[in-house]
Amino acid sequence: MGAYLVRRFLLMVLTLFGMSVLIFVMLRLVPGNITDIIFDSAGFVNPAKKAAIERQLGLDQPIVTQYITWMAGLARGDLGYAFVSEKPALDEILPRIPVTAKLAVLALAFSVLFGVPLGVISAVRQNTGLDYVLRVVSLSGLSLPSFWLGLLILMACVHWFGWIPIYRSSPDNFWQEIALLSIPAAAVGFRSSALVMRLTRSSMLEVLRQDYIRTARAKGASEPSVNYDHALRNAVLPVVTVIGIEAAFLVGGLIVTETVFNIPGVARFLVEAIRWRDYPIVQNLVMFIAIIVVMVNFIVDMAYAALDPRIKYEE
Amino acid sequence: MRARLALGTVVSALAATLAVTPALAQKQGGTLRIYHRDNLPSASIHEEATVSTVQPFMAVFNNLVLFDQGKRLNSLETIVPDLAESWAWDPTATKLTFKLRQGVKWHDGRPFTAKDVQCTFNKLTGKDTEDDFRRNPRAIWWQNLKEVAVNGDHEATFVLNRPQPSILSMLASGYTPIYPCHVKAQTMRTNPIGTGPFKFVEFKRGDTVKFVRNPDYWKPGRPYLDAIEWKVIENRSTRILAFVSGEFDMTFATDVTIPLLKDVTSQAPKAVCEIAPTYVSTNLIINPAVAPFNDPKIRSAMALALDRKAFVDILSAGKADLSGVMLPGPEGLWGMPPEVLQTLPGYGGDVEKNRAEARKIMEGLGYSEAKPLKIKVSTRNIAVYRDPAVILIDQLKKVHIDGELEVIDTSIWHAKVTRGEFSVGLNLTGVGVDDPDVNLYENYACSSERNLTKYCNKEVDTLIDKQSSETDVAKRRQIVWEIEKRLAADLARPIIFYDRQATCWQPYVKGFVLHHNSIYNNWRYEDVWLDK
Repeated sequence: MGAYLVRRFLLMVLTLFGMSVLIFVMLRLVPGNITDIIFDSAGFVNPAKKAAIERQLGLDQPIVTQYITWMAGLARGDLGYAFVSEKPALDEILPRIPVTAKLAVLALAFSVLFGVPLGVISAVRQNTGLDYVLRVVSLSGLSLPSFWLGLLILMACVHWFGWIPIYRSSPDNFWQEIALLSIPAAAVGFRSSALVMRLTRSSMLEVLRQDYIRTARAKGASEPSVNYDHALRNAVLPVVTVIGIEAAFLVGGLIVTETVFNIPGVARFLVEAIRWRDYPIVQNLVMFIAIIVVMVNFIVDMAYAALDPRIKYEE
Repeated sequence: MRARLALGTVVSALAATLAVTPALAQKQGGTLRIYHRDNLPSASIHEEATVSTVQPFMAVFNNLVLFDQGKRLNSLETIVPDLAESWAWDPTATKLTFKLRQGVKWHDGRPFTAKDVQCTFNKLTGKDTEDDFRRNPRAIWWQNLKEVAVNGDHEATFVLNRPQPSILSMLASGYTPIYPCHVKAQTMRTNPIGTGPFKFVEFKRGDTVKFVRNPDYWKPGRPYLDAIEWKVIENRSTRILAFVSGEFDMTFATDVTIPLLKDVTSQAPKAVCEIAPTYVSTNLIINPAVAPFNDPKIRSAMALALDRKAFVDILSAGKADLSGVMLPGPEGLWGMPPEVLQTLPGYGGDVEKNRAEARKIMEGLGYSEAKPLKIKVSTRNIAVYRDPAVILIDQLKKVHIDGELEVIDTSIWHAKVTRGEFSVGLNLTGVGVDDPDVNLYENYACSSERNLTKYCNKEVDTLIDKQSSETDVAKRRQIVWEIEKRLAADLARPIIFYDRQATCWQPYVKGFVLHHNSIYNNWRYEDVWLDK
C-alpha cells in the first residue's frame, strides 16, 4: 500500500507538471494577448503603448522565462497579479472558490442522492410503470442541456412567483445561500444524476441476478437488506468511478450554470479570464482545477479498497 | 457667438441654481439597483471607450461643464455649469476661461483646485509623461488644446490653437470627468476618486460595483439616493428576466433590443421604456490598399449594392435610422435631411436601379454571375456584427461579388483592422457626443488613431478643420454636409444604419431623463430618486 501511494503521488506530480506546461503553452497559442484586448475595448491600437504594456506585464520575455517566473512564483505561493483588475491573482481567485465549491458539492450531492436510490428502485422494479417513468426521467436528464433547463427554471419562477432565483452577493445566512444555490445545483446535477441513475440501474440488474443474491434471499434476508447491503455494495463500484469522472466534468457544466444563474464562481470567472487572456488567472485556476481533479481521482481509487475488500494495492 | 455663449452661460447658471433647489415631492434614500451587461474593463473613464465604464462611473465624478441631465437632447444650448460656475471666451475665441467652484472636495478629503483641471488635460494631451494613461482613446478630441493655464486655485483657462466652439460639448461629455492630481492613473483604474455625488465603494470583477452617497457633495440636497448597486449579468435572458421580476430598478443603457422590448412590455407593463438611438453605426469598411479594392469602381459597385432599408427591417423591425456619417434627425442635430441623403451614392430609393448600375460596373471589370469576384467579409465574432455581415454578403451576391464570412475573434478585431489585415469588413462605430468634431476627427481625420481604415483625404481634413472653427451653426452644418458628400463619394466608411434600442426603468424611478442623441452623457444619477 505504501509503495502504491508513493507511486501514485509521483504520478500525480508528473501529471500536474505536464498540465502546467500544456496550460502555459496552449494559452499562448490562442491569438491575441491582454494588450490586444485592452486596446480592443478602447477601439484602437497604439503600437508603442501596446509594447510598453507588454514590457510592463513581462509578456515581451521569452516563453521559457515566463514559465519559470510563474513556477517560481507558485513555489513561493505568489500567483502574480491579474492583468485586468491589476489586483493580486490570489485575491481575485480565493473569494470565488467557496461559491463554486458549494455549488459543486450540492450538484454532486444532488446527483448521488437522486441518482443512486432512483437507480436501485428502477432496477428492483424492472419493467414496471415506475421503472418506465424513471427511465424517461433519466433520459431527459441526459438530453436536456443545462443552460436550457436553467433558463426554463428562471422563466417559470418569474412567471409563477414573480421572483428570480439568481445569486445575491450577500445572502443573509448560510441556509439562504444553500437555498439559492440548490436550484442551480439541481439544474447542473440533473444530468449527472441521470447518468448515475442509469449506471446504478444496469449495475444493479447485473448484480441482482448473481448467485449470492439468491443465497441471501434463501437464508431469509429482508428485501431492503438484499438490495442495499448485498446488491448495492457490489453494484456501486462503477458508479463511484463515474462520480469521480463527473466531478471533473462538473466544472464544464458549472460554467453554463454560473452564467445563467449569475453566480460569481470560479467557472464563469475562468471563461472570462480566458476571453481577456488574463494569463495569471487562467494558469493558476486551471492548475487549481487540475489539482482537484487529480485528487478526486486519487480518492476514488482509495475508495475502491474500502468498498471492495478484494481490491489490494500491494504488488 | 460670444454674446450667445454669454447668454447661454447666464441661462445655464440660472437653470442650475433652480435645479439645486430641492423639490418637496422628491424622496431621499434608497438604493438604485441596476444590472450591468458585461465585465467592465476598468473604472477609468478616460482610458476606456465604452459605455460599460461611463454608465456606472460617471456618478463618481464631475466635469467642468455638463449636458443638462434633465433634457433629452445634448447641444451647446443644454450645457450647464458643473465644477465650473461660469465660463467666458476671449475676443479671439481661442481662450476659454472657467471660474471654478470653491469648497469642493475630493472623496478623500483633499480640496479640488484648478491644478486638478490642468493635470487632467496634461494627461489627455500627453504632457504628463510620468503618470501617463495606459490608453488615451480620445486624444484626438484635444488636438487643438495648446495648454490649460491656471490662475490661482479657482480659475483655469483653456488655450486653443484656433477657435473651436465644440470644445464645450466635449468638456460636457460623460467621457470628460476631472481627475485628481494626487491620485495615480493606475489607482483610477481600480479605486477611482472623484468629486461627484457618489463615492466608489467596491468593484468586484464580474460581480458587483457599488457606490454610496457622498455626504459632502457640493450640490446641496443631492444626491437623493443613498447608494447605487450594479450587478454584472452577462446573460441577456437572465438580466431581462431579472428586470421583469423587479430584481432591478433599471436596465443597462439601450440594452433592450426591439424584439425583446415586446417581451418586457408584456411581462412588466408598468415599466417605463424609451427607444432611443444608440449613436452606434453599422458600417462597411473596405481596405483600399488591397487589390482589387484599390480600384474605386469596385468600391463604388459595393456601395451601390447596399439595400439599407432591408438591413433596418430585418435587424431592428424597421426602427433603426438610415443615415450618413452624422446621426439623423429628429434626435441628431447634424444629420442630413432625407432629401439630401437620397442624393448620395447608394442611398437612392431605387435599389434595383443601383444594383443594375453596380452589375454594369462589375461586368466592365470582367466579373459576371458565372465568374464573380470572390472576397472575404471579415467581422467581429459577436452577433451584432455577424448578423449584418451575413445580410451584406447576401446583398453583394446581387452584384457579382461572392463573399465568404470570416469571423475574427473579438479580442483581435481592432488589432487586425488597424494592421490592415482585411479586405472588406463589417464594423460598428460608437460616437460619444453628437458633434461633428467628435465623429469626423475620430473616424475620418488622417491623424486619428481610431481611423480604422486609415482613410486619408487632405481636402477632407481641411474641411473638417474648417467646420470645427466655424462659429455660425448654419454655416458649420453646410460644411459638415459637404464633408458627408465627400466621404460618401470616397466610400470612406459607408454607413449602413444607426441602430435604436430601448432603456427601461421601473415606474417608481423618478428624475431620470434618457438622452436621445448620446448614450454617454446622462449617468450622473444625482437627480434620480425612488418613489417607493
